[in-house]
This record gives sequence, structure tokens and C-alpha cells, in this order.
Amino acid sequence: MLIINCPWCGARPEIEFRYGGEAHIARPADPSALSDQEWADFLYNRTNPKGRHAERWRHIHGCGRYFNAVRDTVSDFFVATYKAGEPRPDIAGETK
Amino acid sequence: MTGSFRTASGGRIDRAKPLAFRFDGTTYYGFQGDTLASALIANGVHLMGRSFKYHRPRGVVSAGSDEPNALVDVRRDDARTTPNLRATQVELYEGLVATSQNRWPSLAFDAGAMNDLFSPFLPAGFYYKTFMWPAGAWKRFYEPKIRAMAGLGVAPTLPDPDRYTQHYAHCDVLVIGAGPAGIAAALAASATGARVMLVDEQAEFGGSLLAETAATLDGKPAQQWLADGLETLAASGNVTLRTRTTAFGYFPHNMIALAERVTEHLASPNPNLPRERLWQVRATEVVIAAGALERPLVFPENDRPGVMLADAGRTYLTRYGAKPGTRATVFTACDSGYRAALELAAGGVEVAAIADLRPQVHGDWAAKALDAGIDVRPSTVVTGTLGRRRVSGAHLAKLKAGAVGPAETVACDLVLMSGGFTPSVHMFSQSRGKLVYDPALQVYLPGTSVERERSAGACRGVYGLKAVIEDGYARGEGAAKDAGFGTSSPRAFAVEAAELGTDGFIGAVPHGRNPAFAKAFVDWQNDVTSKDIALATREGFRSIEHVKRYTTTGMATDQGKSSNMNALGIVSEQLGVGVPQIGLTTFRPPFTPTTFGIFAGAARGDLFDPIRTTPIHDWAAERGAAFEDVSLWKRAHYFPKTGEDMHAAVARECKAVRSSAGIFDASTLGKIEIVGPDAAEFMNRMYTNAWTKLEPGRLRYGVMLREDGFVMDDGVVGRLSHDRFHVTTTTGGAPRVLAHMEDYLQTEWPDLDVWLTSTTEQWAVIAVQGPKSREILQPLMDDIDLSRAAFPHMSVREGHVCGVPTRVFSVSFTGELGFEVNVPAEHGRAIWEAIFKAGAPYGITPYGTETMHVLRAEKGYIIVGQETDGTAVPDDVNLGWAVGKAKRDFVGKRSLERAAMSAPDRKQLVGLLTTDPKIVLEEGAQIVAEPGVKVPSPHPVPMLGFVTSSYASATLERSIALAMIKGGRARIGTKLHVPMPGGSIEVTVVEPSFYDPKGERFDA
Ligand SMILES: [Zn+2]
Repeated sequence: MLIINCPWCGARPEIEFRYGGEAHIARPADPSALSDQEWADFLYNRTNPKGRHAERWRHIHGCGRYFNAVRDTVSDFFVATYKAGEPRPDIAGETK
Repeated sequence: MTGSFRTASGGRIDRAKPLAFRFDGTTYYGFQGDTLASALIANGVHLMGRSFKYHRPRGVVSAGSDEPNALVDVRRDDARTTPNLRATQVELYEGLVATSQNRWPSLAFDAGAMNDLFSPFLPAGFYYKTFMWPAGAWKRFYEPKIRAMAGLGVAPTLPDPDRYTQHYAHCDVLVIGAGPAGIAAALAASATGARVMLVDEQAEFGGSLLAETAATLDGKPAQQWLADGLETLAASGNVTLRTRTTAFGYFPHNMIALAERVTEHLASPNPNLPRERLWQVRATEVVIAAGALERPLVFPENDRPGVMLADAGRTYLTRYGAKPGTRATVFTACDSGYRAALELAAGGVEVAAIADLRPQVHGDWAAKALDAGIDVRPSTVVTGTLGRRRVSGAHLAKLKAGAVGPAETVACDLVLMSGGFTPSVHMFSQSRGKLVYDPALQVYLPGTSVERERSAGACRGVYGLKAVIEDGYARGEGAAKDAGFGTSSPRAFAVEAAELGTDGFIGAVPHGRNPAFAKAFVDWQNDVTSKDIALATREGFRSIEHVKRYTTTGMATDQGKSSNMNALGIVSEQLGVGVPQIGLTTFRPPFTPTTFGIFAGAARGDLFDPIRTTPIHDWAAERGAAFEDVSLWKRAHYFPKTGEDMHAAVARECKAVRSSAGIFDASTLGKIEIVGPDAAEFMNRMYTNAWTKLEPGRLRYGVMLREDGFVMDDGVVGRLSHDRFHVTTTTGGAPRVLAHMEDYLQTEWPDLDVWLTSTTEQWAVIAVQGPKSREILQPLMDDIDLSRAAFPHMSVREGHVCGVPTRVFSVSFTGELGFEVNVPAEHGRAIWEAIFKAGAPYGITPYGTETMHVLRAEKGYIIVGQETDGTAVPDDVNLGWAVGKAKRDFVGKRSLERAAMSAPDRKQLVGLLTTDPKIVLEEGAQIVAEPGVKVPSPHPVPMLGFVTSSYASATLERSIALAMIKGGRARIGTKLHVPMPGGSIEVTVVEPSFYDPKGERFDA
């Protein structure tokens, strides 16, 4: 079981958290201005990378906050966690 | 009385404590400290089971958790019968009852052994090849037959009466395995002050030291050194010691799962103790000291009872005082066979010969053996064995330039084999560490780590007692240092012990016999022979993962502990490529079979899932209500009077609501308090409806969509003030809705000044519905005027009822005049009882969820999740009116603008009336245009939709149904058909509102 570092509470076991999908996909300010294709891209299409993935997590059995994390989808390990609204950290180094 | 093969003295058994036990109906005697296997061996019993596929007689092969053959059922009573236990790990207790497996009718005579005669027809992959035809026969015939023949033990059918507990633990250094390396590691780590946990799967700590009679450590006999070391650890205060505790799973971030067997070894377990404990240990650093497993040699008929691993034979003698035979032949590819031969010879077992696969024997082992009068034969193979239920002889033949010479038969009742040792890399591999092949040792060793762990001793290819102990000590010290502790004092170990070298062999030994009549077993438990593996490679399998699945080698409960390396060796030889190119099968938890009980823990019966009850639950239970589960809630389903079935009770409850008044516990409705200056704006964005203009004191039915435009939830929302909404959700949807709201609020619109609070359990909700509801409630209200003028339908008022603060909603899910009285949960039952008492003169009737469903269906009100299935947009279920068309945006709005979302052939909510009013349709039944279709239909019939809700309506004195039908609204007035196994049912499509469609009764 992973240990996840909630930016608000600190290190906690994985069972306290819930996954929330890919991060940094902002809801368009004016959805009606989007074409069907653009809207479908926002709604459904995700990057699904092998390696570093920025994603949303919620400390659902803790502070209840959504936060963002960079996780390595190869190793499954978290590389960094950060508060919602903060930019994705620029992390050097390759997949561990 | 304790066995004719018992030595006169020695071993770790307690000869003062004899124990009686039964195996396959016969009573035997052993001693405290015996395993079932050692006690049987002491009684001369080697036949302990039948093999899985061929039902061949099998004896014990090993002395530990790697045992593939000796699987037994241990029975305490009908509920406490444990199958598939390794006799080598079952500790003997007074009165133990064990039976062998895979035999019918008896172990000595087994009907399934015919499979062995037919074995030429049962090659690798035979399941896949043979049982393919005719279609359907697999399920009906082959599978049940094969399962009956090839099953392992039988699980009890009664509930498990034992208790299993689950615990978390933390330590600085966890040491897995308490052999010499593990003991040394624990000593080193604990000396630094680190919190150390030392665990071992066996009944006592010591590992290989427990069988050691010759070596000395620091000038003491090995077992004295062990006892002193354990005393030091026990006295240190920072060390937790757990025996009978298997580290069975290595999970991320150094979470190690341990299974501790607490009472399994006791004749009369203390009922206050759990049978087993699951420990989830989070260790800062881990030392894996799992040792090495001796490898069998793959030669023909190497599976006869009496053929066992050399070190196992030695262990039975020195640790348990049980002679594994009277005359032994040793077949070895390394020095371990010599050590076993010499110790057995010294212990009174005649050693007929040592067949050594190697042309040269290093060191002084051969000389010692010759001194002991043992016939040592280099470059010699065993080409087969004799005997049926016990080995009676071995064929020995010389190897000359790769060719096998003529065989000579040596009489013996014991064949000891050793192909060298395989490091136990299971836990390292489970930790996702990368294994590297060592061509010199012909084994895989731990390479790059992923977790904070290190291996120590034999499990990383370090052999020899002195080297192992020094390695263990250094690794233990290193682990403590990495965990942030200082160094322990340097320590030198004076060790006098026999050196075994590192020789070994993998693959199949040449035997020169006709392969059709030579079964050389690689995987004993799954009956896989070298021939099966060779066949798999001939049929084109290259990867070991594929060979494994095709032949089933390594897939039994022992997970190939003894077979994996030999299988690799055979594939390597067959394909002419190196072992590393073939790959290695994945090591997965559990290391050894683990009970389901330990995973279930306390989560069974009433504790399987949380049970949520309302403040009125006990009142309903006292009135004899039947309950149904709605998500985690227990809800009163109906309130039967004496002699009533559900149908009668529901008919009576419905009539009461329609004619006078009913009272209903709606406390399970989800409730969210939405507060803040931007509350209305937030509501506008989360719901389809417009909220800005909703006056404080008014209610509105709200519809919530997902971003993809489909209905997610619904509920009545009250606006209490400019900046405060009382939102209700469906019973099951409450957590989902709150999470959905939090998601948008936190991540999309953090600028909105709004607070969301779940108040589901803070409010008890008492629905009073029916034409008399106003008359019943008004006298109880301290300061709320329920009159039609002051309190119109779809309003909310705050005040007091019977002195208790309340929020009263004038709302109806029944079609009648109705109110929902919200009171703080702790007052729920008192207010309920007060209302019930006040309603008594009116015949107020408690009703349950079934009546609620019937009443709402009569009105055509949907239930999200019953009429909708995650693909319905509001218009599909006639809720288009609730979508605020003028709003610029809300969650799901853009998706509703897609053309497909308003296509005329979408499934739409309609009502159905059966032509025969007595027929109640089945919910979920399909609806078609073609008349007369019976299920199953001989030809495909286009499906138009399905029944979503269906009830017998007492009010309408007929059946009613709701359905989702393609282009349904355009079909109103037409006839459709519901094919059923009993014949087709004719229905008429109608408006989905059967009762008071104009809603004139709300303000009655
Ligand atoms: Zn948190």
C-alpha cells in the first residue's frame, strides 16, 4: 500500500485517498463556444502516458481536499504532490 | 510406542511429551515438537498423498514450506477442517486428525491411479487439446469430471467459527526469516536501538541452525549460540519476535503482510484467542533473510515415496529424531548430498551409495564418505527407481562423455537427492526488485532494489555458515543505519562449520531410457514431467510464462518453489538458449497459501459492511416492519399486519395514504447544506434549474447532470435564505453528489464563496402524506401556519414542532397533499411518535418504501437509477421543463447541445398498461413491436425498450408500469408486446401518469 503525501496533511496511507483522473484539464470557460470535437476532447480524451502522469487525488478520508500529484505509471510511485491551482512541478530525472 | 524409526536420542522434540494423532484413520504417536510429517516418518509412513493428475502415490519431499506432495486435511470438527496443509508445517498436537488428499477410496488403493496408466494420453496441455468437442460439453461434462478427479482438499461447507484479527504495526527494521542470517541481522540492528521485528514461518526461530549438530559458533554448539542470541534479542526491549508468522506479501512502500498462526498448533485453543492474525507492517527498512531451498534432481520415477531432498532427510534425523529410512541411495550434484549421507550414516541409516553427477568431487567430502565406508560413485546418475508405495531400489548408471551406461540396481528404501540450492528470492521479487541471473551459481539473485530492503545470507547467494552470519550482521547494521540509527559495535564471529561449496545442477538429468516410459517429475504437485516441458517447447512455446501456463508447471499451491529453476533449465536445454533469455516467472503473493479468514478479519456477517439505521429504525422494527437494504441503509420496506403478505400490506398502506394519511421515514434522503454569498450561483452551475429567482421559503425540484449530460441525481431543494439552500439527494447518491459538488467547487470554481456540509445524519425526516396530513400536523406546530394560504405547496418554513426546531417542507412524492417534517436526528423518534399519536384518530398508517414506490409510480415520478441508467438526458424522462434554457452554462449543458441528445428515437419514459389488468409486468422485461414472440425467440427481434417500474396498483385496481421505449412519446396510444418465457404480453403505451395527472390533490 502506497504512502501518499497530502499537501495539507502530510504522509498518509493510500486507503485514505481517492483517485480523481488526469490533472490540469481546466473546464472551458464557455463550453458552448466549443465544437463537438473540442468538447469531446475535453470530456473524454486523456493522455494516458507511460511514465510521469499528473493526476488529481482527493484526501477523501482526511481533509477532503483535492490536490494534484505526479505519479510514475511504470513504477506506480508518486514523484510529487502539490496543491490544486499550483503549476505542475518541473521534475528532472527519468522513470525510476 | 512413538515409532520404530525414532532415534534413541537427539533432536528438538520433547520426548517427555508423547502425543497421539490419527492419519487416515490409523492412530500413531509422536512427540511435542514434531510436525505431522516428521511424526509419520518416525512411524515409517512415507505415503502421504496422491498426485493431482495421475494419482501417483506420493511421499514427503521436503521438510518445510516448499513441500509439494504431502498435502493433508486437518480436521477439528465439521466447521474446522483445513485442506491443503503441508504436513511439513503442521505441528503435532494431542488428538490431531489428518487425512490424505486426492485418493479414492483409500490412499493405498486409488481408483484414479488409472490416470497413470493412461498417462500417454494426458500430456502437457491436455486440458486444452482434448476437451474441446462437442460444443458445450466442457461445462456439462468435462469440467465437473476433471474437477472431481483432480481436486485438492475439500473446504468445509459450514461457516468458519474462528476469529481472525487484523493489526497494523510499525518498525525501523523488519527482518524476514530467523535463520543464521536473520538472527545476526536482528542482533546487529537491535544493538543500534532501532525497533526491530523478527519473524519466521516456523514454530521456532533458527532456520537451518535447528538441524545443525556439528557446527560451533563463538565456541558454542550452534544451537546453544542460537538460544543465547534469542535470549539477547528477547531481553533487548526493542525487538518484537514472532514465530509461526509468514511474511506472505511485499507491498509498496515497505508494507509487509504477515500471517501469524496463533492457535493452529494447540490441542485445545483458548477460545479468547484469534486463530490467526494479519499484520500489516510498515517498516522503514527491511532485511530479507529467507534462506535457500534445496533443489530436487529431475530423474525418472523421482516421485516415489521415499525419494526426498537430501537436506530434508538430514533434517528429519537431526532436528526431529526421525530416521527417513533404513538404507539410502544418495543422488547429488553438490556437497549437500555428502553431508546428509554422512550424518545419516552416523545416525544409523545405512548409505548404500552416493551417485554424484559431478566427475570430480571437491574438498574432503568424498574422502570422508569413503572413510565412513560409503560407496562413492562420481559421474553417476539415477536412471529410475523401483517400488510402488515406497521406493525399493534405484538404478545407477555411469555417465561417460554424456552417454548413459548400463544401469545397476541398488536396493534402498530412501533416495536422497540434491541439485544444489535455489535462493528464496520470492519476497525480493514481490518487492519488484530486479533479479539477475548468476551463471556460476545457476540461480537468480537479487539485483536492483525498488523498495528500502536488502537481502542477507543464502537468499542472495551467500553460502557457508560463517559468511552467512557475517553477511546477516552487516546487513542488519546497514538497515539500522539507513533507518537513521548509529552503527553497532563491530563483531567478529568465530565459526566452525562444514563448507558445502556452491555446486548444483538445473534441468533434467540424462537417463538414456525410452522417454515414453520414463516420468521424471519437475513439478510434483501439478504432475508436470520433463517430457511435458520438452513437448511445450516442441509445440512452439518459448517464453517461460507461456510454458508455465501450458504445462501448469509452477502453478500449484507451492508456486514452483522446487520446480521453477529445473523447468527453466529444461527449456534452456531444449531451445539451446541461455536461462536469462527465457525469462523468469513472476513471484506473486502469497508466499505460501493463506486463509481467506485472515483477509476477511472481522468483516463478516453484520460487520461485512457498515449498516446505517435511521432514528426511527427501532420504532419500525418494534412494529414488525420488513426491511430492505438501500445502499448501506436499512429502510422499512412495508409494515405487515398479522396475516398480511407484502402485497396485502402495500395495498392497505396505499389506500390509507390516498384516503387519509400515511407516515413515512424519509430520513435516509441525502442532505447537503449549501451556504455562502455565492450559494445561488453555485446551485445554478451544479443543477439544470434556475435558482436565482427562487424566493427564500420556496422549494424546487432539482435535476443534476454529469458533465456528459446524463441525469446523475435529483432531489427537492429548499431555499432558506438568500445565501442558504437545504439540498436533498437520493438515498444512495448522497456521497456521490457531495463529492461531485466538492470537485467543481474546489478545482474549477475555487473563487466561489460557498460551503458544503453533509447533513444527512443530522436530520430525521418524517413524511406525512395524504388529504388529512395538514389537519394532523397543524396542532403540533408551535409557530408554523400550515394553512393553504400561508404555506402553499412546494414551500419550506422554519419553526418548532412540539418544542423542537424544525424545517417543514410542503412536498409530495405521492401525489397527495403532504409535508416533510425535518427535525434534529436526536428528536426524530419523539416527533415521529407525537405525529403518529396525533394521527391516530385519522387512521394514520406507517408505510414503507414499497408503498412509496407504488404511489410515485402512479404519479409517474421517476427514481434516478430505476428509470434512468446513466444514459438518460432530462428530456428522455420528461424533465425537459427542469432545464434552465436561458442559463449560459451548467454542468452538462454543453453535452445536451449535441444532436444525438435530442434525437427523436431516443428511449423516452412512457407508461404501459397491460391489456389484461391482472398481469404485472416484470421489471427489466424487453419490449418489442412484434406480437406473439415467446422467449427464447427462434429469430432475432428488434428491442424497443424495457420495463423500468411495475406494480399492482390498489388505487387503480390494476397493474401499471413505466418503461423506457425508443421514440416512446410518439408511440402513445399504440400497442406493443413484452415477450416472456410463458408467452407474449400485450401492452398499450400511455402517458406516464396514471393518477391525478393535473396535480389537483396537492392543495386539497
Ligand atoms: Zn489531507
